[in-house]
Amino acid sequence: MSHPSESAQPVLTARRAGMIACTECGKVHVPGPERCTRCGARLSSRDETSLQRVWAWLGAGLVVYVPANVYPMLKTTLLGKTTNSTIFGGVVDLVHHGSYGIAGIVFFASIMIPVAKFIAIAYLALSVTHRVKLSPGKRQHLYEVVEFVGRWSMIDVFVVAILASLVQLDFAAAINPGIAAISFALSVAFTMLSAQSFDPRLIWDASEEPEQ
Amino acid sequence: MSLADIVASELPPQITPAFPPPAFTAEQAEQLIACPLCDTLHEERDVATGETARCARCHEVLEAPRSLAMTRIIMLALSALVLMVAAMFFPFLELSVAGRVQRSSLLDTILAFSSGMTAPLTIAMASLIVVLPSVRFLSLVYVLAPMAFGHRPARHAEFFFRLADHLRPWAMAEVFIVGVAVALVKVAGLAHLSIGPAFWAFVALVIVTVLKDTFMCRVTVWKTLEQRRQ
Repeated sequence: MSHPSESAQPVLTARRAGMIACTECGKVHVPGPERCTRCGARLSSRDETSLQRVWAWLGAGLVVYVPANVYPMLKTTLLGKTTNSTIFGGVVDLVHHGSYGIAGIVFFASIMIPVAKFIAIAYLALSVTHRVKLSPGKRQHLYEVVEFVGRWSMIDVFVVAILASLVQLDFAAAINPGIAAISFALSVAFTMLSAQSFDPRLIWDASEEPEQ
Repeated sequence: MSLADIVASELPPQITPAFPPPAFTAEQAEQLIACPLCDTLHEERDVATGETARCARCHEVLEAPRSLAMTRIIMLALSALVLMVAAMFFPFLELSVAGRVQRSSLLDTILAFSSGMTAPLTIAMASLIVVLPSVRFLSLVYVLAPMAFGHRPARHAEFFFRLADHLRPWAMAEVFIVGVAVALVKVAGLAHLSIGPAFWAFVALVIVTVLKDTFMCRVTVWKTLEQRRQ
């Protein structure tokens, strides 16, 4: 079978074939049914509201990320003296104590990853409507990385909970969670929802359209 | 025009990309599979056990049937449930300072946020570490167990399998384990710390979960579910 060297990758998508594919189980449907006949997932050729929801969740995530960094994450009481530490303050403390490895993990998980995720999701959403340098394959890879990495930002919230439950030695030493824990957890959840709202099929659609 | 004329037949691997022209009939659609990530159509082929079929365009795994996959997933999900119970009630970290010992179990950790402004986080913690992973394991057993024994799928099996799939990113047991490691180092300077039995139960739980997810192939399970329904 011959297929002349087309631009980009010469593949036929379900949408171009006039079909609707299920994103859950891959079954191909003739347009008509509202739900997949195999797995019952809602069918749509493309998720029309995808980008709106991506931006909405991303905005919400950004808004709650601000108090997460401003307010204290941990309240440490040592011999009656209480000190509050923010996320960044915690990293600085760890560096002072000489535990560079852990400082690195916390810095990476609580500061680098969330910021990188905001940028990556915004970039992916913009790439659907604007022309960008990265190829669709690379962008899809970026999307998969964002999806995979999102949940790991929750580490800091768990650490706070573990410390708070463990270090309760009355007067001598006590650790209690700060209000930033809740906004940080929300920020992680909102960015996860934002990434999940993104319809990765949109990445490829833009590259398929003939140049106008 | 027959399907063979439309779909490229000589291209490896197992599932090959399709080319224009458009519009298939419902019968032809039966023999097609679309990549759930990028929408590329492929001709449906039988994928041999142990082989992995990937999308020709984005290289997402389409089908990866493994031998005895269903039985193994059920066994692993059941062991994960047992480990979860153990992890819940045994202490997983012990802290000793000047003769005083403070033990912390998973339940204590979940309840750490329960006072003051952070109370809503208690529910979130319980869900992320215990409830959602457990619901996932139970749903998988519910969906796969009848099929593994050769019965018809249970009622609403489709719903529960979709549920298990959607909960996947929210079940954060393995993230929690790394959190324990970080907490361990943070406190190590302050007091003597030792690891309790629940910690190892949790480590085992994470390994079992990862193993289970490698055996699991969404499309294969869906196809089996559909066949057994008929």
